[in-house]
Amino acid sequence: MQPLIQTENPTPVGATTLDRLALHQAGRILALGLEGAERRRLLDLGFVPGARIEVELENPLGNPRAFRVLGGVVALRTEQAARITIALENPAS
Amino acid sequence: MTPNSLPASAPAPVQPVAQPANQPAAHGACATCVHARHDALRRLGVRAEAADFVVALLGNPNTGKSTVFNALTGLRQHVGNWPGKTVSRAEGAFETDGKKYRIVDLPGCYSLCSSSHHEEIARDFILFGGPDVTVVVVDATRLERNLVIVLQTLEITGRVVVALNLMDEAKRRGLSVDARALSRRLGIPVVPMAARHGKGIDDLLAAIVSVATGAYETNPHRVHYGNGRLTARLEPIMRQLEQLFPGLPNTRWVALRLLDKDHSMIQAVREGTLGNIEAMTARVMPRLDTDALQDDQPALVPEERS
Amino acid sequence: MSTTIGAPGGNHEAPDLLGMVESARDGYGDALADDAMEAYYAEANKITSEVVDAQGRHQGLSFDRRLDRILTSRIWGFPAMILLLWGVLWLTVAGANVPSAMLATLTMEHGYNLLHAAANFLGAPGWLSGFLIDGVYLGAAWVFSVMLPPMAIFFPLFTMLEDFGYLPRVAFNLDRLFHKAGAHGKQALSMMMGLGCNAAGIVSTRIIDSPRERLIAILTNNFSICNGRWPTLILIGTIFLGALAPAGLGSLVAATSVVATCLLGVAFTFLVSAVLSRTVLRGETSTFSLELPPYRPPRIMQTLYTSLIDRTLLVLWRALIMAAPAGGIIWLISNITVADQSIAAHLIAFLSPAGWLLGLNGVILLAYVVAIPANEIIIPTILMLTLTIAIKDPSLAGMAQAGVMTEFADGNLVRRILTAGGWTTLTGINLMLFCLLHNPCSTTILTIWKETRSAKWTALATLLPLLLGIAVCATIAALVRLTS
Ligand SMILES: Nc1nc2c(ncn2[C@@H]2O[C@H](COP(=O)(O)OP(=O)(O)OP(=O)(O)O)[C@@H](O)[C@H]2O)c(=O)[nH]1
Ligand SMILES: [Mg+2]
Repeated sequence: MQPLIQTENPTPVGATTLDRLALHQAGRILALGLEGAERRRLLDLGFVPGARIEVELENPLGNPRAFRVLGGVVALRTEQAARITIALENPAS
Repeated sequence: MTPNSLPASAPAPVQPVAQPANQPAAHGACATCVHARHDALRRLGVRAEAADFVVALLGNPNTGKSTVFNALTGLRQHVGNWPGKTVSRAEGAFETDGKKYRIVDLPGCYSLCSSSHHEEIARDFILFGGPDVTVVVVDATRLERNLVIVLQTLEITGRVVVALNLMDEAKRRGLSVDARALSRRLGIPVVPMAARHGKGIDDLLAAIVSVATGAYETNPHRVHYGNGRLTARLEPIMRQLEQLFPGLPNTRWVALRLLDKDHSMIQAVREGTLGNIEAMTARVMPRLDTDALQDDQPALVPEERS
Repeated sequence: MSTTIGAPGGNHEAPDLLGMVESARDGYGDALADDAMEAYYAEANKITSEVVDAQGRHQGLSFDRRLDRILTSRIWGFPAMILLLWGVLWLTVAGANVPSAMLATLTMEHGYNLLHAAANFLGAPGWLSGFLIDGVYLGAAWVFSVMLPPMAIFFPLFTMLEDFGYLPRVAFNLDRLFHKAGAHGKQALSMMMGLGCNAAGIVSTRIIDSPRERLIAILTNNFSICNGRWPTLILIGTIFLGALAPAGLGSLVAATSVVATCLLGVAFTFLVSAVLSRTVLRGETSTFSLELPPYRPPRIMQTLYTSLIDRTLLVLWRALIMAAPAGGIIWLISNITVADQSIAAHLIAFLSPAGWLLGLNGVILLAYVVAIPANEIIIPTILMLTLTIAIKDPSLAGMAQAGVMTEFADGNLVRRILTAGGWTTLTGINLMLFCLLHNPCSTTILTIWKETRSAKWTALATLLPLLLGIAVCATIAALVRLTS
């Protein structure tokens, strides 16, 4: 059986923020730079540190974008995505 | 206590069927009793007065709660493929084995900690509405995220049934979920289903009945917060709570909610009504009893009005 | 459960407990609650890894992915939305003709003649059979045959799009525009619910957490054309604009005019949202997060069945409780004479100058007054009033009584009736605009009040679209008259 989320991170190539990921690029969530209700909302939606995340869709105007995380696809505006720190996935893996 | 063992004393617990829901139900003792119950299901529509048991339907948005509700009550609560279709409580009833069940369809919520308005409707009902059985409808294709609200519910009440819905989609996506293992792990019945295709409704009904009547003794799995700063800070609050409100169930959940600045909990502490089910229910009951469209929504008061 | 828990009558020790909680949060704040969330997720992750076999976990996603990349793409995202709306409306316009004709024959020829024959046989006095048959019955029959077919086609189609999962994609596509207007992207969802029924649209604004943005959504929901208004637009679009097109293209042109009106409503939604968020509803914009569910094949037969049953019952019910009394009232005001003229004629004469100013006429304005309870009865009211009052042409004036309504469905008769009543293309276009921009129906107003509990916001939601409608119609009427 293979876990949906590997608990050990693959070697991060570098840390960046979610808004800078290109379409279809993937990474792993490191931290959420948000407070209070907004932070709670993102945690609820599956934006948890350690989870794998991939940029799935971009709307016709480029913002918001939708991300595949924990089996779901969730749309966020760029301003929100900019608060989420990401470790880029090792391209080799 | 080990979450993996079911109480041996439970008289013939209804074993959740572990097969994918799109295969015929297992044959055996369980299947028989399921069918006996199915014959006895009477959908009562909106006639929910004087019920023996109250069943709540909880779960993430868009997991099929209203679909399950419709299947059990024969009503036509609106269903739609987007999160947030249901924004207020809907009630219906069914009867089986000579007992009447009031069933409450709740707005979807991602977790019991959030405080958006329609999510509070759901949370308040689980906390203060006193359901006899809480059915958490779970999306089998997003099990990990959906388990969060299951685990949170298990902190509040042990009388929980997991409806593992959307098994048809899970299968299409090449995911297979071991319902039996999940049931052992959580200590509660787990029923695989595909509610939209009417699959698994009978098994769900059987599980609801056995938990409501006590035929299935649940052994709810509790999450451990570890020995970090949270546990260290929760414990004195829990002790104080026990002192102030002797006999209060779920002190850990209440303490956690207080730490998270939950307004309704803080208010209940101030008023001294915490844990006094009747007083707390009395406070929320007007909201819960009347038509949701009319009264569960307080006035919108944006800053500009004053 | 023990009921003795809890100190009776307030709790003086509570401050200790709350103070304790406060100091426990010191230095950590939300981080403590995060710890719990992390514990839940860690446990969920562990359990999931034990019970889920995810060998082919990305299988079966390729269809969703491919479709999403088209429906939200830079090139196709917006055209797809318009094309789908247009397709749904074209099917509605083209498909409603024949059943409308059949229902009209059934109710207004056979049913009507049968009832009059029965009344004659029973020797009912003229005023009684007039009130009941020419008033109450005819009002209900008009609603039934004009409203039911378009709704029975539009609704199943719309529900199928909803079941398929297209609605959240629209919200995803439109969020940027709503954001620029100072509103929330989920307003797109309440806007689309409003296309079915504005009262339902108002209730669905609950998915917007911010009270400010929710109020914007409530105040602009009436710019979504609801089920009571689609048939009016379709009928007027068909007989005044569709008729201008070369034969065969009529329904295309008619559908296009209805789509244009609907898109104008969307434009007003953005415009008014932007104005509100910069004036009376200024404030911080909140965040946007929306889960996009997988596409699910709609269940065609079941949708058809339930929409048809639900909608038919609803239309029949509303026809009975709204249109029947309205029909009775119309008959009464048309037949009770005060100072040589019927009451209706007095009212129409009184409203005519205002009607002229708006590029409409007195009959239409009177109809909008009679139809405050429900939008469905606008067209029937207009036709009944035009037939009994406004037409001097004797060959047409006799029709309501003779019950020869069978030509009605091809639009020719309605067109003849309305042209004889003095209607022009300007009247048709302005009626379509006024249909989009006027006060919400009584049910919607009540729902707005229930949701806001505020007389001020309810009044604003009621008057704002009406004033806009007056301004827009008057401007267009003036422009047309100046240039022609
Ligand atoms: N394939 C499949 N689809 C399902 C199943 N159960 C429900 N659905 C579909 O899932 C969508 C959501 O169903 P609802 O019953 O409205 O979900 P809900 O949990 O009430 O949603 P909210 O009210 O928004 O919280 C609908 O399109 C249903 O037809 C199922 O077992 N299989
Ligand atoms: Mg629902």
